[in-house]
Amino acid sequence: MADNVYDAIVVGSGISGGWAAKELAEKGLKVLMLERGRNIEHIKDYVNAHNEAWNYPHRDLATQEMKELEPVIKRDYPLNESTYGMWESHQTSPYVEKKRFDWYRGYHVGGRSLLWGRQSYRLNEADFMANAKEGVGVDWPIRYSDMASWYDYVERFAGISGSRDGLDVLPDGQYQPPIPLNVVEKDLAKRLQKAFKGTRHIINGRSANMTEPKPEQNRVNCQYRNKCWLGCPFGGYFSTQSSTLPVAMATGNLTVRPFSIVTRVLYDKDKKRATGVEILDSENNQTYEFKSKIVFLNASALNSVWMLMNSATDVWDGGLGSSSGELGHNIMDHHFRVGASADIEGFDDKYYYGRRPSGFYIPRFRNWGDDKRDYLRGFGYQGAASRQGWNRNVAEMGIGADLKNTLSEPGGWSIGMTAFGEMLPNHDNKVYLNKAQKDKWGLPVLEMDVEIKENEYAMRKDMMNDAVEMFEKMGLKNVQGYDADYAPGMGIHEMGGARMGRDPKSSVLNAHNQVWDAPNVFVTDGAAMTSASCVNPSLTYMALTARAANFAVEELKKGNI
Amino acid sequence: MDRRDLLKMIAASTGAAFVGGNAMAWGLKVPATDPAKVGLSKDDISLMSEVAETIMPRTDTPGAKDAQCAQMMAVLVADCYTPVQQQAFKDGLRKLNLVSDERFDMPFLTLSNAQRFELLNDLDAQAKEYNAERNLWGAVNQRANSRDADDTDPLPHYFTMFKQLTLFTFFTSEVGATKVLRYVGIPGKYDGDMPYEKGDRAWAT
Repeated sequence: MADNVYDAIVVGSGISGGWAAKELAEKGLKVLMLERGRNIEHIKDYVNAHNEAWNYPHRDLATQEMKELEPVIKRDYPLNESTYGMWESHQTSPYVEKKRFDWYRGYHVGGRSLLWGRQSYRLNEADFMANAKEGVGVDWPIRYSDMASWYDYVERFAGISGSRDGLDVLPDGQYQPPIPLNVVEKDLAKRLQKAFKGTRHIINGRSANMTEPKPEQNRVNCQYRNKCWLGCPFGGYFSTQSSTLPVAMATGNLTVRPFSIVTRVLYDKDKKRATGVEILDSENNQTYEFKSKIVFLNASALNSVWMLMNSATDVWDGGLGSSSGELGHNIMDHHFRVGASADIEGFDDKYYYGRRPSGFYIPRFRNWGDDKRDYLRGFGYQGAASRQGWNRNVAEMGIGADLKNTLSEPGGWSIGMTAFGEMLPNHDNKVYLNKAQKDKWGLPVLEMDVEIKENEYAMRKDMMNDAVEMFEKMGLKNVQGYDADYAPGMGIHEMGGARMGRDPKSSVLNAHNQVWDAPNVFVTDGAAMTSASCVNPSLTYMALTARAANFAVEELKKGNI
Repeated sequence: MDRRDLLKMIAASTGAAFVGGNAMAWGLKVPATDPAKVGLSKDDISLMSEVAETIMPRTDTPGAKDAQCAQMMAVLVADCYTPVQQQAFKDGLRKLNLVSDERFDMPFLTLSNAQRFELLNDLDAQAKEYNAERNLWGAVNQRANSRDADDTDPLPHYFTMFKQLTLFTFFTSEVGATKVLRYVGIPGKYDGDMPYEKGDRAWAT
């Protein structure tokens, strides 16, 4: 085999790319994984993993200089000293905002699997049917039954902690024991059940943080440090480095090439197949070609779309997959930053030990069962109850020893929760190439034209008011609703742009994530999503990827691709 | 397998066929600026140190001086404050001495501990009123870097800046976190139903 020839090329090394590499390599294919950023080695490169605020020059606060350098990252929590350098800089990787779009990217081996929120929920049966039922977008070409066994498969390997709650709205999976609710959350769960006659539930968050070790993967269970975004030296949460990469490497079939920006998929228009990819080596600025029988695009939704737009332009002006008229369209995220907070009386004799990486979850209840609202779809809440710390306002106290003593002890219990709402697919929400602006490598950049619309705005009212109503009915005090405003991208759940569907005229991918116009090209990251559901999406990318990889190998064996 | 063995195994594993090398992962740092560059003198820092100690004094646990709050406050003023905040902060130090002169006919540094407490406690009350009139309710809990250079919102009272920086630098210091609050680096488990008795310290993180 020549140096530049492989059975499969995987573009991207994040959550879905890691899964593609693992599955394909385990099935015996020689795999090349391309990553545009630098390498990050498990444990060794988690240089901040044991740091606390006092170890940073500015106590983990972003400086004004950092804020000037990072006009996008500064818009939300990702800009700080402890993760500085992990979220891709706008300086090196610019894009154009026709409308405001906050794009948080992880350009390094492991991608955002090192930085993700780790909440891991299944889409439900209705999620896969909602588009068809309501005449929104196009129908998913698959159903929950196509995905169930693949969810099982990826949950078992990844190590998801959670409770089995028996709710149709949130199908149960293959879980390790849940990360516990605290004594107050348990009490509130009972109050909520009672107040809403069993139609609303506070359950344990389901998280890719393990509660039991996986010695076969060299992974220790979560140590309750709540520092996941610094890389976990225990392998306590699922990341490419902790989970998929070591297994893929152990097969001897995987080569990883960092600093490799895939510029296009190479396309043979006579055979209607991809032949490989072209890369730009970001260290030496040279262009190389790698050949393969199949290509998996897992570069994150918008970057996979960007690659397709740059590919086969001699056949289609708009790039590979553009014959559908939908490439780059139907961009989605989860809209959030709206919810409520409140104080809880009592429980002064209760505290907790350890720092959880996950809290409680309230599954969707709107437009579910008999409930009917003036908008489509729904939302879920993520939140936690805790005792207040030193950074609480003690308005009645001045300064000195009394204040110090008071702040040295925990304050009262309070609770906060944020709703994550489904965003409808809409053809008008799109990204496209802006050829007038180039990045430092001379490559065209993406321009974003995405906004939330009437359905989302109507939903946001419920997202706040329902939170307030639930807290009031639970008997909480000082209940305050909030809407802290939202711009697309802030959810860091970019989806769509190359949706799956049943018809090549209205979708980019088929039921097995194959590009209709190039069946040996698979897209199994967020780009493939036909609708967004309201649950965190990464688990679904894992399941889609494992499913598509299995299919790809079968098709290869049959000689179909 | 116990955790230590597992950790050893992890360290030994994950080798491999990587093409290309390692560059920086995490680890990007913005070094602290010398506070002198934004006009904070040694005398200013001495004054800040006494102010901080009055706000968070040494008791049976360490105080602001033990935690070297003033040095870190100066760094945050230099690097996390906007120029407008920096000016207001420096003006605040001057004003503090003026107020001290008016009341006790002495600069702040020469006041007794009791006088310092009296002066700053009154300033704290004034600051709360001042902020409330401007709808700046949460100012004392706001982070030092929360403003952008082009923000035009009103600033809180200068004493609120002193107090916010003191509380933040105190409780995020190693001394504050480990000797005043409680800190456990690797808890190893979660107990959501732990008994609490009045007087037990809060967790630092």
